[in-house]
Amino acid sequence: MAQTEIATIAQLLATHEREILAQWLAELRSTAQSGRISEAELETQCRNFLQLLRTTLAKGSAQVGHAGFAPVRDMLADISRARALQGFSPVETATFIFSLKRPVFAALNKETNLSPAAMAQALWAITVLLDDLGLHTMEAYQKAREEVISRQQMEITELSTPVIKLWEGILAVPLIGTLDSSRTQVVMEALLQAIVDQSAEIAIIDITGVPTVDTLTAQHLLKTVSAARLMGADCIISGIRPQIAQTIVHLGVQLDVISKASLADALAVALRRTGRAVVKLAKPDKNQNEKAGV
Amino acid sequence: MSNPGTEALQVRSSDDVVRVRQRVRALAVDAGLSLVDQTKIVTAASELARNMIDYAGGGKTVFEVVGSGTTRGVRLTFEDKGPGIPDIPLALKDGYTTGNGLGLGLGGAKRLSSDFVIESKVGLGTKIVITRWK
Amino acid sequence: MDRIPILKLGEALLVTIQVDMHDRLATALEEDLTAKIVSAHAKGVLIDISALEIVDSFIGRMLDNIASVSRILDAETVVVGMRPAVAITLVELGLSLTGVKTALNVERGMELIKRRLEAEAASVESGD
Repeated sequence: MAQTEIATIAQLLATHEREILAQWLAELRSTAQSGRISEAELETQCRNFLQLLRTTLAKGSAQVGHAGFAPVRDMLADISRARALQGFSPVETATFIFSLKRPVFAALNKETNLSPAAMAQALWAITVLLDDLGLHTMEAYQKAREEVISRQQMEITELSTPVIKLWEGILAVPLIGTLDSSRTQVVMEALLQAIVDQSAEIAIIDITGVPTVDTLTAQHLLKTVSAARLMGADCIISGIRPQIAQTIVHLGVQLDVISKASLADALAVALRRTGRAVVKLAKPDKNQNEKAGV
Repeated sequence: MSNPGTEALQVRSSDDVVRVRQRVRALAVDAGLSLVDQTKIVTAASELARNMIDYAGGGKTVFEVVGSGTTRGVRLTFEDKGPGIPDIPLALKDGYTTGNGLGLGLGGAKRLSSDFVIESKVGLGTKIVITRWK
Repeated sequence: MDRIPILKLGEALLVTIQVDMHDRLATALEEDLTAKIVSAHAKGVLIDISALEIVDSFIGRMLDNIASVSRILDAETVVVGMRPAVAITLVELGLSLTGVKTALNVERGMELIKRRLEAEAASVESGD
């Protein structure tokens, strides 16, 4: 954009500020922007944006990507993020910028002292500017949505990875759902930290809730077992369903770790390994129990 | 031409490898990497710095913090004027080594990094760029 | 040049690695340990790496070497105190240190060594 056009547009925005703002708000209202956002808030956003845009252009900045436009980009990014988090659709968010075109073109039309050539150039310059700003808005919106999704994913992963203390020195990790690489990371970190916190000697990894085991899943399991071993804890894998056992054999995966069908079996092995035995008590004396409140 | 905010270190001895580790650790902390991610990038750096000494007689390491906002990361460049690597896929295979190593350095560094780019010309040298994102 | 101190703990030797090791230090440690296992008739070697924030393939190789040499000299090596972040990284690196026994801490490591000695004594008695 040439300096003359920048100056033209800046002047335009200054001279016709009130009409542009009024028309812009009217456009936004008609595209059902309001409802999730109050009139007052919308008006403030629009007014602030117009002012910032005008002053930025007046300073001579015209390239949306350059440093001079940073305040404008930042303000737009903030507005887009807020829209994304409030649940606005992509179209609604982009409309914030694009609906500014008609009012600005209308204002340009009123400038009778411009030659047709100058008018055409100014029109093009405004179009390019608003298109760039619109794209920037979309990017910011996208990013905000992605951040929400990844945060939710993390929360889901953390919620589905409890580490349970079964006994002194014996802990269990019931895995629910598929075991992808990011999930494995979370599981490993939680498991290893629990090994430290509980001074665990044995970790039982129960895969009853893991639907399928392919080569990748098996690798992730083995990584977890290796990591626990490096910290001095032995692992037992439990909850291997018959189909999974077959899959593992057919895949040729070497599950170099004790595996038990059920968590109960695994616990029995773990207790024995840590030098404990479960002993059935002789028939309890009813009177004694009543006195003890048992 | 180096960007502002990058620094370089000549790596010639195992003392320099220690220095590289310390530098990378500081940058990783700065970039806000989790403890596990810090450990991974420092370990990868240690492997690659050591490789430069073992196979190329030394080289240069460039340290950078990249990205902005929530997507920040640490980027390291390992550049040497050594013999170069004739068969890169082979070199990336675990266990393959032409020296006394365990043959895990290159492939291991790749697994520990988010991004891994390698260029090598026999007789001219090798350049490896690894990045670990937050 | 500093050398890493080796302490005698019962029938075992205890080495606590606290510094970022460079090559000369690692080589010196291997030599010192080998000599001391023999001179102290040690049956076990405990290597405490709880202060190490990084274990790379170089250190991994050193630990493997120490374990191998000790075994030949009839001493069992136990590496103790590995940090979770280090364990996760080592596994990703592909270093499983299968030739090395591990334990959570020095106490557990000593238990491991004692158990092995007791098992050996028992098998000698029963005439195996």
